Amino acid sequence: MTELNIITLVSIGAHPSSGRARRAEQDARAVELGLRLAGERLQLLHAGDPQEEALRAYLGMGLNQLKVLEQAPGGDALPALADYLSDAGAQLVLTGSQAETGEGSGMLPFLLAEKLGWPLVVGLAAVEKVENGVAQVLQALPRGQRRRLKVRLPFLASVDNAAPTARQSAFGPARRGRIEAEAIEPVADALLAEAQLQPARPRPKRLKVIKAKTGAERMKAATAKAAGGGGQVLKDASPQAGAEAIFKLLLDEGVLR
Amino acid sequence: MSDLIRRDPRAEWIARNRLHPLHAAMLSASQGGEASWMGPNGLVRKNPHAVGFIGPNGIKRIDRSGAQQGGASKRSSASEVVQLPLRVIEQPAFSICVVPDMLGGRLSSHDKDLLGLANKLAGSDGAVVLVVFGEHKENAFDCNGVDRLLRIEGEAFEGYAPEARVLALSAVESQLAPRHWLLPDSRNGGGELGRRLAAKLGERPATRVWQVADGIASGRAGAGREDLIRQAPRLILAAAECAEPVSDTRHEVRPLALQENIAHSLARIQDLGAVAVDPAQIPMAEAEFILSGGNGVRDWTLFHQAAVALGATEGASRVAVDDGFMSRERQVGASGTWVTARVYLAVGISGAIQHLQGIGACDKVIAINLDPTCDMIKRADLSVIGESAAILQALIERMAAYRQGAARDAA
Repeated sequence: MTELNIITLVSIGAHPSSGRARRAEQDARAVELGLRLAGERLQLLHAGDPQEEALRAYLGMGLNQLKVLEQAPGGDALPALADYLSDAGAQLVLTGSQAETGEGSGMLPFLLAEKLGWPLVVGLAAVEKVENGVAQVLQALPRGQRRRLKVRLPFLASVDNAAPTARQSAFGPARRGRIEAEAIEPVADALLAEAQLQPARPRPKRLKVIKAKTGAERMKAATAKAAGGGGQVLKDASPQAGAEAIFKLLLDEGVLR
Repeated sequence: MSDLIRRDPRAEWIARNRLHPLHAAMLSASQGGEASWMGPNGLVRKNPHAVGFIGPNGIKRIDRSGAQQGGASKRSSASEVVQLPLRVIEQPAFSICVVPDMLGGRLSSHDKDLLGLANKLAGSDGAVVLVVFGEHKENAFDCNGVDRLLRIEGEAFEGYAPEARVLALSAVESQLAPRHWLLPDSRNGGGELGRRLAAKLGERPATRVWQVADGIASGRAGAGREDLIRQAPRLILAAAECAEPVSDTRHEVRPLALQENIAHSLARIQDLGAVAVDPAQIPMAEAEFILSGGNGVRDWTLFHQAAVALGATEGASRVAVDDGFMSRERQVGASGTWVTARVYLAVGISGAIQHLQGIGACDKVIAINLDPTCDMIKRADLSVIGESAAILQALIERMAAYRQGAARDAA
């Protein structure tokens, strides 16, 4: 486990209410996970503007340097990242699951995995152990559940909000850290030519449409209590019979583990 | 038969007039036979059901004064089952493929919204093809707008097998070449499968789409502060409530077979199964299975034992919290947490409206209660009337037997 070579891809986030540049929430969690696994040997990689101040927040989490593939805003980060990662010799690449600025489609880890030919674990929560080039990891599922997976190294993993909370960023290390920029060939993103970004429109609340033909039906629908209706009622049954019926329903619904 | 009440004034008049020559015949005919007759042994036999008449509210009335009124039979009409018009697509011009989440083997509301969107995109000459992996429990595909059903079965697709499923979907792609692929952009597998498919097919998807109109897809971008407006691409990952679900047509759900062989590859990700998570650590708002106690619970130690045995997250009604049996953050309802559990087991909770609001999003509600008339029983899908302590004890024993059986199977 200690010999794992890990790269975390970081991006620049946006504060949810002010929109100010900050470290992205999920990327910070990915850095936290990487720090727990590899400590100071964790490498950070960003594609974009090396002058951006928000990048230093990642260095403030306790890292000395950050690699930036220098790129103009609006460029496609994928080819550069894929080129870099194919030669970097990493065994695990961590990313957030969705960018906070730009398109934010969450496709980057999937496309990278496809390009590199690596397996991808979505929603990594923890790495339990690494043995003989095979990692045993926990994947976060909705509703707080976890799933255990076995995956061969090297692999990509995206991190969502179930990963450990990121540590605070300290000011001093953030100033002292080095940002190494490397110029790359610019590739324009074709999407931005055809699509347009506009401020999000609040979505209307879905109305309950009542398709009634007569006034009596409308009255009935308006005054009806919210009820499932037609539920099975077990009366005068023994506790065992009742428990058996409940058990059967729980088993059918698949909530018993 | 309509619900309109048809009166027969002549029959009513004859029923009121005991001197009318047709009185006896009319009465017995309306009550389904004679009230009394001579039996074979000379005994007078009476039909007790023929006595009295059914009043206008459907309640039986017996008038002992002899001045029997009414005479009309019970006014009930079998509730009419409205047959929605069937939409048949014999030769589809194109197809729209939908891959639902099928949480618990049924279409979720997100899946139904997606099918609504698919029907909008299909118009009048396209077919909506639903691709389902493995077994399902849904029996209302026809009312939700499924024209063709493609079931893909096999051991390789059981459990968590996104790579095998993507291979199967690319086989579907080469057979049907659908005009659009629609997947739910959810955390329940749809978002992941859709993105894997996009990477495999080399399509650039529109994600978190909340509206598709006139070939323009609008979806959230970034952290949700912006919208991305673009031409609707082939692959659409749609958010919940992206369209209205289908409600006024029936579809034929014609089974479709996959002609091509699905390419098999060695799975690089091996599923070792679900991990036991401490249910008490799961936030109640997103717990899947909640055991909730209320005023009717006397033995709280037994209640906690039952929660451990079932592996359920604990919840409580306001009364139980006010009485100090449970902590405040466990309260379910309007002033507590609005839960989204799939199964909600309510023990000794009568169902105040504030509590019922809090469990509005729950799929299946099971009630254990002493009072068969309470509101919780009306809401519940399964209710057991009885003493909660005895039923919980029986449930704990049943769970112990189940766990032992599972352990023996594993050994």
